[in-house]
Parts: sequence; structure tokens; C-alpha cells
Amino acid sequence: MNQRNQFNLRIMNRLWLRFSSVCMLVGLLSCSDYEQTVTTMNQLVMQDEFDTNGAPNSAIWGYDIGTGTNGWGNNELQFYTDRKENVTVQNGYLIITARKESYQGSPYTSARLLTKGKFEQAYGRFEARIRLPWGQGMWPAFWMLGADIDTNPWPAAGEIDIMEFRGQEPSTVLGTVHGPGYSAGESISKSYTLKNDRFDTGFHVFGIEWTPKYVNFYVDNVLYNQITPADVPGEWVFNKSFFILINLAVGGSFVGSPNNETVFPQTMLVDYVRVYK
Amino acid sequence: MKNIKVISIRIVVLVFISLILSNCERNLSGDVEFARFSTNPEVFIDGFSSGLQYFPFQGSKLDAFKVDTEVRYSGSSSMRFDVPNFGDPGGAFAGAIFPDNGGRDLTDYDALTFWAKASQSATINEIGFGSDFGENKFIVTLNNMRISTAWTKYTIPIPDPSRLVVEKGLFWYAEGPENENGYSFWIDELKFEKLGTVAQPRPAINFGQDETMDTFIGTTITIPGLTQTFNLASGQNVTVSAAPSYFTFKSSNVDVARVNENGTITIVGSGTAKITAILAGVRAKGSLTINSVGTFVPAPIPTRNPANVISVFSDAYTNIPVDFYNGFFAPFQTTLGGAVNIGGENVIRYTQLNFVATEFKNPTVNLSQMTHFHVDIQIQEPINPGDFISIELGDFGPNNVFGGGDDSSGRVTFTNTALSSNTWISLDIPLAQFGLASRNNMAQIFFISDATISTLLVDNMYFYK
Repeated sequence: MNQRNQFNLRIMNRLWLRFSSVCMLVGLLSCSDYEQTVTTMNQLVMQDEFDTNGAPNSAIWGYDIGTGTNGWGNNELQFYTDRKENVTVQNGYLIITARKESYQGSPYTSARLLTKGKFEQAYGRFEARIRLPWGQGMWPAFWMLGADIDTNPWPAAGEIDIMEFRGQEPSTVLGTVHGPGYSAGESISKSYTLKNDRFDTGFHVFGIEWTPKYVNFYVDNVLYNQITPADVPGEWVFNKSFFILINLAVGGSFVGSPNNETVFPQTMLVDYVRVYK
Repeated sequence: MKNIKVISIRIVVLVFISLILSNCERNLSGDVEFARFSTNPEVFIDGFSSGLQYFPFQGSKLDAFKVDTEVRYSGSSSMRFDVPNFGDPGGAFAGAIFPDNGGRDLTDYDALTFWAKASQSATINEIGFGSDFGENKFIVTLNNMRISTAWTKYTIPIPDPSRLVVEKGLFWYAEGPENENGYSFWIDELKFEKLGTVAQPRPAINFGQDETMDTFIGTTITIPGLTQTFNLASGQNVTVSAAPSYFTFKSSNVDVARVNENGTITIVGSGTAKITAILAGVRAKGSLTINSVGTFVPAPIPTRNPANVISVFSDAYTNIPVDFYNGFFAPFQTTLGGAVNIGGENVIRYTQLNFVATEFKNPTVNLSQMTHFHVDIQIQEPINPGDFISIELGDFGPNNVFGGGDDSSGRVTFTNTALSSNTWISLDIPLAQFGLASRNNMAQIFFISDATISTLLVDNMYFYK
């Protein structure tokens, strides 16, 4: 999508926000005239509704275990495990639990699930319904990495952060892309803040719609950002297969460490993960 | 939509009740609206909101509050509070309540919010709502609120909005000088709001601690440390003191202990009962486990001839004038408690004992004719190695006042092997054992445990010959 279309999108976005409150009064049905199209891809290709209690479906999900290098490159403080204390499916939810416990030399434990080698896809709609944890130092994420990362190291492989969250900013999430020349502090990012609500008290839908021409970021029924090849100051690497990651990190450079007011354990509840094309 | 739902549920309930009660002839109309008190959220925006009144606390500087049209956050005026200097003849502190005695329905809101700034950085002692000079049933206090010279928005969350169906106390505060210096602070845009971001409630009772207490039938205990903590949109946690009526208390054994809506526990039987609480569906952190030893057994009744006795504390004798049974000597003393009445018996009950003094200096007492000190004590906890109780007598000397270089004191110590728990121990100690230089101007009796023994009953303190 070119710059002009993007501009139009932003205007529509603003219009939608402005009219949304009016629409709520009038009734949701009558506001379709003003509502932008949040999603267009509706053909389901992969889903996990987390309906079977126990360990997550191993045909879809694998795990990163341990601390990686330098806390997974971010000075994160947790040790990731696949123990049921850190990751389990119960009552229709994937539950990732961050615990404060001394484990293998780390002060916290948690879990990181990924579909690497199990489900990888280029383009489509990637969506999850999640209730987030809260408190200083909690860093949950629903994100993607280029499937060729083992031979094409980050940031060249590309990263799409569908949702990242800082526990100390309970009403705000971020959607971001990282690639060669625009990673970490230079990544292309935008935040979305709920009005009179927060992400740790109920479930919200976080998703992207990804085509060869753009990545659209949405929360619930609000499309809040579009990133196109023209927006990135380097090579557009979002033209190949990516895999999905869901994790709950503790501490690290993005959020800072937990403090003595951070309540443990903390849970990230995932109602579903769905991928459409 | 939500409102309509609630109303329709109420209607269903009412219709159902009326069907039961009277097999009613006429149903309620679908348009029925239950009467509500004013839902006006505004307290002070640019002036007093409708019905708002101002009542300063007794002893406060009466003119501490003014409407200020020059300094304000927005609009045409703000509330200005002038905290007096130390020694101000007009009053030692600034404090007032702002009630609407018509009552407001605040159930739609989740916090009291305002903008504030001060002429200097300061810490406001107490600020909140729910004080109405009546029951203060739903009083909420934010303690030690830091304030700076920049306008800042503050949020005082409502512990459970559903309880504020008719709340009169819309705002209150109390603040004293900072390091003896007065200053001014301003509050503007004072109102109740539905923020939607007041979340993660974490109520607590007993300061969030699980504590066990030995006691007996007839005792009443008020649960301390009632708070509600929320996480706000800023990511900050805010803890307020919440009135007991926000909580629903529960006793695990009502044959041992009962607890009322004021958080007052009454011991009615022997055994164990755990007191817990819930606030708005959330289990409060902390508990109080009551071990009741059953019926309180009074100390043995003294039989000595009153003519040979100078009594400090006993129902059997006429007692000398006593200034206090607990001096609360700050900052080193932890001891709480003092004289209590249990089923008609006067007894002294100390908790969290480290040391405590009974003082009788008006006048001091001449013990020159006396030979012994008697006291009955009961230790209401297990005795461990290292536990001790020291009894110390203090004499003010010839000058008859504390200090002056002529005071003398001395103590007698009873170690764990001489003590037993949950039974009265009668001590008769020759005065000579205290080794005092003078006992003609006796004024103090200390009990000292250095926290080795925490809960102590004392009765029948007297000198005799």
C-alpha cells in the first residue's frame, strides 16, 4: 500500500475512534458505515482452542528451554521450562505462569512456546485472544520470527511482534517489526492504549494481517497501525515463512526488573491462537 | 445496556418476592425505576457542588480552608488549605470534612480523583472520603500522600463501590505542619470518576499477616490493619485504609469466636477459630487465629488485712491514685494494652510486651512501713528457654520528682524455670531484694520481658507488711 493509502487509513482510523462512542449509543449495527475493515482474511488454516487439559498440543507447540544467551538477548531474568508449573492447558486456556523461585541459578521461571518446525507460514492473519499479567517487570509477548533464523541470524531473519506489553503500563500494548537496519531501538513500532480499560482484567484479541504489501496491527476491532515496505529503512524481509512464539518473560531491558511490589505468580491466559489466509 | 439489565434483574426479583408475599394483583410496570440518591460525581470543580458542606475538625485551624480564585488547576477557582505553623493560636492542624448530608449514590464510580499542588513538597497525613461525623461506616483514608509544587492528578480508589449507595462523606483531610512549618496546598477538580483502570484488588486484614492469639471467653479484639490495594493505570499500586464495613468477616468456628461488621471479634467459647475476610469477592490477605482457653479464671482473691496493704491495682482493696498502667514510652516501647474488664473482673492485659510501666506519682507512695510487693501474673503463651519477666520498682527520691540524681530503681528477675503458662503465678517479693536506695517516694512498677514474653496478665499489685 502506498503512502497515500496509508494516510487514508489513518484518517479512517481516527474517524472510527471518533464515531465509535456515538455508535455505541446508537447501537453497534448502525455504525458499519464508519467502521474500517479490520480483517479481510477469513479462511482458517491453523487453530488451537486449547480445549484439551494437560500439556499443549505437541503437534503445534515446542519450547525454548533455559536462559538463552544473555537472557535471550534481552537480559531477561527467567529460566524457561516446559514443566506444568510454568505451562499447562486447563479449562480451555493455555496458562503460562511466571513464578518467583530459584531454579537452575535463575530467580524466576516461566515458559516460551513456539511453532518452529511445526507451523510456519508466510502471510495471513495471525490472531490470539489473551489476558495479560500485570506488575513491574512482566513482559508477555505474542510474536513471530523468520523461519530461516538458524541460517540467517536476527535481525536479518525478521521479527514481527504482534503484541508486546509492559506489566507496569497495564493499558498499553505495542506492535513492532524488526529487520536488518531497523532492529531493537530502531525497530518500527507503534503502541495502542485502551481508554478506561486495561489488558490484565479481561481478554483481548491481538492480531496482524500480513500481505506482501503491508502488515496491519489490530487489537480487538481496532486497526491501529499499518507498516509497509516504505516504512522500513532497510530490506523488507517479511516475504517468507515465519513461526509463532508466545512467552512470558520476567525482567530484561525492555521492561526492567520486577520490584518488591510485583506480585507472583503471574499468569498469561491464552484463549485461542488462530491463523487465517 | 448494562443498566437496563440490572434493572430488569431487580424487577424480576421484586416481582418474584411480591408474588410470594401477596400473590399480587398488579405487576410492576416495565418502566419502574428504583429511586436512587443523587449520582452527582462532582465534589468541588469551581465551587461547592450541590449539597456540599464544610465542617472543620475540632482543634483544627478554623479558617484553614478557602476558595481560591487566583491559584487553580482549571476553571475559575480551587480549594486552598493553609496548614498552620507549629504553635499557631488558631489551631494546631488543618482538617475538615466535606459532606453532602443528602447522601450520594457513588456506586457507578471507582475512585475519588483530584488535581493538587502545594507551596512546598510535603506529605499530607490523611486524605480521603467517607467521613460524615456519624458512623464513618465507609471511611477511606490515603495515608501520607506525597505532594509537590507541580499540579499532579491523584487517585483514591473506592475499596468496593457497590457499598456506597448513600454516602454522605465526600471528602476529608487532616494535615499538620511540616517540621513545625505551615504551608499551603490546593485541590481542584475534586470528583468521583469511573476510571475503568482501578484493578487487581488485593484487600488485607491484620496488616496482611497470619497471626495466632491466645485469649479467653469474654475478650473482644478489634482486627487491625484493614486495607485495600489497587493497581492503577499508571502501573502504581495504591493502598488505602478501608473501614471494616467494606469487608465481610468470617469465623471458622462461631462457637469460639464471632465477628461483627465492625471487625470486632467476641470470644464466646473455648477452642480455635480462624478469622478471615472477603472484600468484594476477593479473599483478604491475613488472618487472626484465636486460641481460646475458655472461661477466664480470675486471679486468687487477696486475703491480707487492708490495714497492712497499700494497693496499686486490685479489686479487693481501695487503690492509690494511678496515673497510668501503660506509659506507651516512645519510641522503644512496643507494649500495647492496659487495664481491661473481663466479665466484671478488672485485670491488666499487656500484648507485644517488651517493657511497660505503671506510674503513680501524684502523689508518690511512702513504702517505709512495707516489707513485700505482691503481684499475680499469668503468661498467655508457651514458655521457652530464655524467657523471663523482670519486675522493677522505681523511686523518685527525696525531691519527689523524676530525675534530679536522687532516683533509684531495682529489679527482680524470674527466668523460664520459675514461670509457667496459662496459670496464675502469685509472687511475693521482699522489698529488700530490689536493693533500692530509697523507698519513701515510690512511683513506678515496670514489667520487662525484652519481648521474650509477649502476652501478660497482671492483677493484685500491692505492697504489704
